[in-house]
Amino acid sequence: MKSLRLSKNWLYLPLIGMAIFYLIPMYVMIITGFKAFDEISLKTMWDLPRGIAFDNYIEAFSKLSPSLWNSFAMVIPAALLSSALGSLNGFVLAKWKFRGADVIFPFILFGMFIPYQSILIPLVQFMNAAGITGLPGLAMAHIIYGIPITTLTFRNYYASLPQELLEAAKIDGASMLGIYRYILLPISIPSFVVVLIWQFTSAWNDFLFAVVLTSNRDWPITVALNNMAGSQIIAWNVQMAGSLLAALPTLLVYIFLGRYFLRGLLAGSLKG
Amino acid sequence: MTKDKDRFLNIILVSPSIVAVLIFVYGFIAWSVRVSLSKWKGLNPDYTWNSINNYIGLFNDPRFAVDVKNTLIFTGVFVLGSLLLGFFLAVMLDQGLRGEGFFRSLFLFPMAISYIVTGVVWRWLMNPAMGSRMSGFNLLFTNLGLDSLVNAWHTTPQWGMAAIALAAIWQMSGYTMALYLAGLRAIPQELKEAARIDGASEAQIYRHIMIPLLAPVTLSALIILGHMSLKVFDLIVAIAGKQLQLDVPAIYMWQATFDGLFYGRGAAIGIILLLSVAILIIPYIRYTLRTEAQQ
Repeated sequence: MKSLRLSKNWLYLPLIGMAIFYLIPMYVMIITGFKAFDEISLKTMWDLPRGIAFDNYIEAFSKLSPSLWNSFAMVIPAALLSSALGSLNGFVLAKWKFRGADVIFPFILFGMFIPYQSILIPLVQFMNAAGITGLPGLAMAHIIYGIPITTLTFRNYYASLPQELLEAAKIDGASMLGIYRYILLPISIPSFVVVLIWQFTSAWNDFLFAVVLTSNRDWPITVALNNMAGSQIIAWNVQMAGSLLAALPTLLVYIFLGRYFLRGLLAGSLKG
Repeated sequence: MTKDKDRFLNIILVSPSIVAVLIFVYGFIAWSVRVSLSKWKGLNPDYTWNSINNYIGLFNDPRFAVDVKNTLIFTGVFVLGSLLLGFFLAVMLDQGLRGEGFFRSLFLFPMAISYIVTGVVWRWLMNPAMGSRMSGFNLLFTNLGLDSLVNAWHTTPQWGMAAIALAAIWQMSGYTMALYLAGLRAIPQELKEAARIDGASEAQIYRHIMIPLLAPVTLSALIILGHMSLKVFDLIVAIAGKQLQLDVPAIYMWQATFDGLFYGRGAAIGIILLLSVAILIIPYIRYTLRTEAQQ
């Protein structure tokens, strides 16, 4: 047994090689961000910084901070609301089916996969006509187009719970809302974490909705970063610092709540 | 009494969501179809009937032909690369090595980052400048004495899309790894043991037992990755801006509509994208729900 284990140690070689591949972009992003302005040269771009300087971060933050706040202001309500809706839908579709519930479900699911280019023109027209522009409009788009995946995740979770749990409560005279409020809601906190993380990440990282639904003042971080990177006057060391600022919130969520992130990921492929 | 109340309550609870999805997904798709059959060009909506002329125009449009070619190259490289890499990573991590959790988290973290961040960093890494302006991977290759690897990345004629796909593989291969790893873990250990006792080599076990058993996972991954590559947009915008050489339908749709104000044409591209995604996804949803119902 021991020799078998030992013989597998060569696997660390390809694993470490792959780890380097995944870390290279992060390495460049981080070391470049910490270099002082006078230290930037193409020749030394792969070298470690001589010391830790915050010049780039200060400049990137001064340029991007309004859009970072825009992102937070839009993403947090969007994640909370679409999760709450998903939980209610999932509860009804898994445990309190009405006639036609099984017919409706695949139609809701399909909404998760559509290319948004196929609804973009009506979306912009509708939002403008309804006067829901800027961040509220963007948040609303994320809430509505988030419904399919949040519903799916909660439905799969609630469907896995034994029916006896509900039957017992029903016999005790609990109403439907009572069952939801006092039995299912408390035990679905882990699912809420999964769904909230998923919605937070996908709304934070979205670019397409943001670029068509917001203008300059309301830009979330993805649009602001892309425009900063596209302009010739912003040095690339500042761009790298800005990239890290833009990636940090979702990266921190991943680092601290990775387990839940993975479950959301697998739910996205319909496997609950 | 409560029973009757509950019967309506459940419909009331879900109807806001159902109505929202009905309008924002299906209503808007129908609206887009209508726009795609109109002469709408310019800022003001114009629903003059134009039959299928916008679609015919696209099939004769050299730019759309480039888009289709680019999408095919991207899909081929991205899907194949992510599947193979994800599979090998999963098999390595399934060997019970120490530090498995660390490597798994490491291979998966790019999923948490936006395509825009990935694109901004990879644009810098794949900088095609030569000579004294050389940087990124090309500079690294030169420093390591691997001059033969120096290339023009996404500015390579014809094959530039493959470089974009490389960045996409970096971002998404961890996802395929996670799918395969979940699949491998679901295979009973006894199957492997039995094959080993029968004298099968590790390679034979994977070839004849594991890979066939993983077929449903491969199918899911193929469909999810395939439909993602049809929709690829942000990553290209962040790496290359709006260069014609790296154009894809999603970018053409965006430019035709919001820069060029050719709403009819933009809507037609959106609907073509939708149909190509639907061909992959609808059978997949039906298959998944049916297998679920059988369990």
